[in-house]
Amino acid sequence: MPINVEFAGREYPPQAAYEVSREKIREFAVAVGATHPAHTDPSAAQALGYPDVIATPTFAVLVAQRAEAQLIEDPAAGIDFSRVVHAEERFVHHRPIHAGDRLVTVLHVDSVVERAGLAMVTTRAEIADDAGTPVATVISTLAVRGVDE
Amino acid sequence: MTAARPELSGLEVGQEIGRRTIAVERGTLVRYAGAGGDFNPIHYNDVVARGVGLPGVIAHGMFTMGAAIELVADWAGDPGAILEYGVRFTRPVPVPNPGAARIEVTGVIGALDPDAGTVRIDLAVEFEGAKVLGKAQAVVRLR
Repeated sequence: MPINVEFAGREYPPQAAYEVSREKIREFAVAVGATHPAHTDPSAAQALGYPDVIATPTFAVLVAQRAEAQLIEDPAAGIDFSRVVHAEERFVHHRPIHAGDRLVTVLHVDSVVERAGLAMVTTRAEIADDAGTPVATVISTLAVRGVDE
Repeated sequence: MTAARPELSGLEVGQEIGRRTIAVERGTLVRYAGAGGDFNPIHYNDVVARGVGLPGVIAHGMFTMGAAIELVADWAGDPGAILEYGVRFTRPVPVPNPGAARIEVTGVIGALDPDAGTVRIDLAVEFEGAKVLGKAQAVVRLR
């Protein structure tokens, strides 16, 4: 099934909150080779003015991915995941994510563009805390190869 | 451990902030798969990877992105000072077995914005002399 360009402009309802733990922040930091103590030592994070340990700059991908799954796993969108290549990723941090955050994400499908057998799908995950204050915006572009004719 | 934090007034466009080598082994990818929740088999199974036209297992693009920014986080002295970070994924990084792929990261001051109190760092991220991340840029708040 071809990609459904009519999905552009769609917005998904907020999902259940993602609860950020110290241990997940630590696990992710170790996995990307981050060694700054603000990721593992609450007192080091507090010395920089944060309430608890803070996440590394790309941690928000974990939260965004859950929201993006709503689109990718929707059969009506026509996205064949075996043909998907990650093309671009961009994070805008309104404030650092910290342990104890309860993050609520709203996914927007910003564009679906087809050109030369390739569909570019750009999503924007707007991540806020449970008070509704913006925390991060994650913009992701997937390139989906068309079926060989 | 308190490293000296860079000050905007002492910086110039074009100045290098540092460079480092990231060694990536198969075990590095297994760890990232678990932490990052990305279990696509092209990141651990050579048969699957070759089946989709890759030379073998490749690193997660998000691993490379996440590892490359650490140069900037350490330079800034505060990982929370990174306000924006974006990349394009331009080439895969094949990871041998056994052994390690070596990704070279260099950071340069791309722009200064004294009014906003921010600096843009441009990252060159290369494997075997070819760029693996394109337009890799981070905006960092300095005091």
